[in-house]
Order: sequence, then C-alpha cells, then structure tokens
Amino acid sequence: MERELIARGALCGALAGLLTFVFGRIFAEPYIQRAIDYEAGRDAAQALMNKTADLPAEPELFSRTVQADIGMGVGMIAFGIGMGVLFALVYAVCLGRVGRLRPRPLALLVAAAGFLGLYLVPFLRYPANPPAVGQADTIQQRTAAYLAMVLGSVMLLGLASWLGQQLRARFGTWNASLLAGAAFVLAIGILMALLPSFGQPITAGLGASASETPLPLTDADGVVRYPGFPADVLFYFRLYSVAGQLLLWAAIGLLFAPMADRLLNPAARRVDAVARA
Amino acid sequence: MSSTHPSSTTTATPVVVPVSTAALWLVGALFLALAMYFLVGVDQGAVSVFGQNSNIHEFVHDARHLLGFPCH
Repeated sequence: MERELIARGALCGALAGLLTFVFGRIFAEPYIQRAIDYEAGRDAAQALMNKTADLPAEPELFSRTVQADIGMGVGMIAFGIGMGVLFALVYAVCLGRVGRLRPRPLALLVAAAGFLGLYLVPFLRYPANPPAVGQADTIQQRTAAYLAMVLGSVMLLGLASWLGQQLRARFGTWNASLLAGAAFVLAIGILMALLPSFGQPITAGLGASASETPLPLTDADGVVRYPGFPADVLFYFRLYSVAGQLLLWAAIGLLFAPMADRLLNPAARRVDAVARA
Repeated sequence: MSSTHPSSTTTATPVVVPVSTAALWLVGALFLALAMYFLVGVDQGAVSVFGQNSNIHEFVHDARHLLGFPCH
C-alpha cells in the first residue's frame, strides 16, 4: 500500500508543480523581471557615482528566457514531486493513527499542514524576496536561519498535533484542538523571537528597519541618485509567492484525495458500481 | 459516490501502512523528498553538494525565489 500511495503522491506533486509553474510564469514572472531590471539599473547608477567604468555584465549561464520558461518549470515540477512524495509519506503514516478521519478529509489536512509548516509559518518570519532584495554577503546566515525556521515550524506542528491527540480524551476534540493550536502559536512565537533579523538599522529619518530591501541610493550630499526598491513589486512578488505555494499544496491535496479514496475503499466502489448499474 | 457508503463515513480508517514493514519505502521516499527540496531550494547557494558552480542555482533561479527560499 505504501508504494501505491507514494507513486500517487509523486504524480499529484508533478501535476501540482506544473500548475504552479503556469501560474507563476503568468503572474509572478513580470515582477521577477522588474526586480532584475531594478538591480541592473541600480548597479549602473552605483558605477556612475563611483565614477568607475560600468562593469561589463557577467556572462549569464542561462538566458532570462531559459530561466523563466524552462528553469522555472523544471524547478517547480521537481519541487512538486518532492513535496508530493513527502505528502504521501506523511499521509500513509497518518492513516489509521489520527482517529476517525476519512481518506479525503485527511488528504486536505495533510496538505494544509505541508503548506503551513513548510512555507507559510516560515514566511511570516522570513518572507519570500524577489531578486535584488537581500545582501549577497548574508546568504549563509539567511539560509541557515530560514532552514531553522522551516525545521522548527514542521517539528512544532507535529508536536502540536500529537499534543492535541493526547488532550482529546480529557477535553474533547474542540477544546483539545484549541489548546494544541495555542501551544503551537506560543512555541513558534518564541522561536521567531529567538531567530535573528537581517538588515542594518536605518537612522536617517526612516527609523530602524530589519529588512534588506534596498533603500534609495544617495550620494554624499544626500541627493537620491536611484530610488529605493519599488514597494509594489515587492508586494505583488510576495502575494504571488504565497498564492503559488497555496496552489501547489491545494492541488496536491485535492488531486490526491479521490485517488486515496478509491485506493482505500475498493469495497465501497464496488457497491457504488452495483448501485449505479 | 463512495462517500455515501456508510462504511466509509462512520468507521475509522484502519492502519494500512505498518511502519515496521514499510520502513524501507518510507525512508526512501523521505530521502527523495529532501533531495528535491535541497536541490531546488538550497544547493549552490549557501552550501553546495553538487559541485562548485552555479548551474543548478541559475537554472532553477526563478522557482527558488518564488518558492520563498533565500537565493542570493
């Protein structure tokens, strides 16, 4: 049975990844391109200010077309397969161990847990950034902090569901779920507070900012030579990032649910067929 | 639809995957999932397992950004 479930998870994940790629290609790609254009313009302005020759652009390994069309598609489908397999693995282990949940609702719950634990909760602390946002010299620390956040949120989410099941006999399903949810919020809040913020505090009239979003480029006299990163590009990039992951996990859950139902209830299906005949 | 069948709405789903016998498949699936996550999300950025170039990084660049990973 585990083989059947994992194979179906991989298939659902590949389809969900393809869907997410199409969505991202249409909605998010224009903002990724604008962010890259901003970065190029800013580099040119900086070079002009430094009175250095504009550095010849480093040769790109892959053209933007390849990155946006093939690279993003391959990346999304590969990620979808990985997450679909992970989903099926958790689903298989949960079957029969999480009370009276039926195959289809369980599929949606596991997908929701994947979306929350692997993406949305980490996003609240370290939101997705378009190109040009983020200092290159902090990539090590930012990656480590992000992965710590992902690991922490997945583990705490697992612990919270275990806790909810333990409390169920004593408090009932509703109250046990609320208590487990509150414990999760408290624990994840502590983790978020402990993890580092990145970016320099800004003292020049804008107050402190704990982000690496580029501010306006100013010369020695304080004249703005190049604007700060456009707020709308940042907003829409993040919006479509959340929407893309939501689409990925929703598609995995919704595609997998009927497959799992058919796989786990062959008797019911036979009765249906007889009833329809 | 099968959901109208009483047996599928009232009884708990039985344990169908005993972890002891399915361990090999479960571990294999976990490894594959983590490898995909790492390849698309992390490799050749902060750390690199597959070579000291940035072919993978640049190829999946846009997907990595959109999926929310720190990229560069």
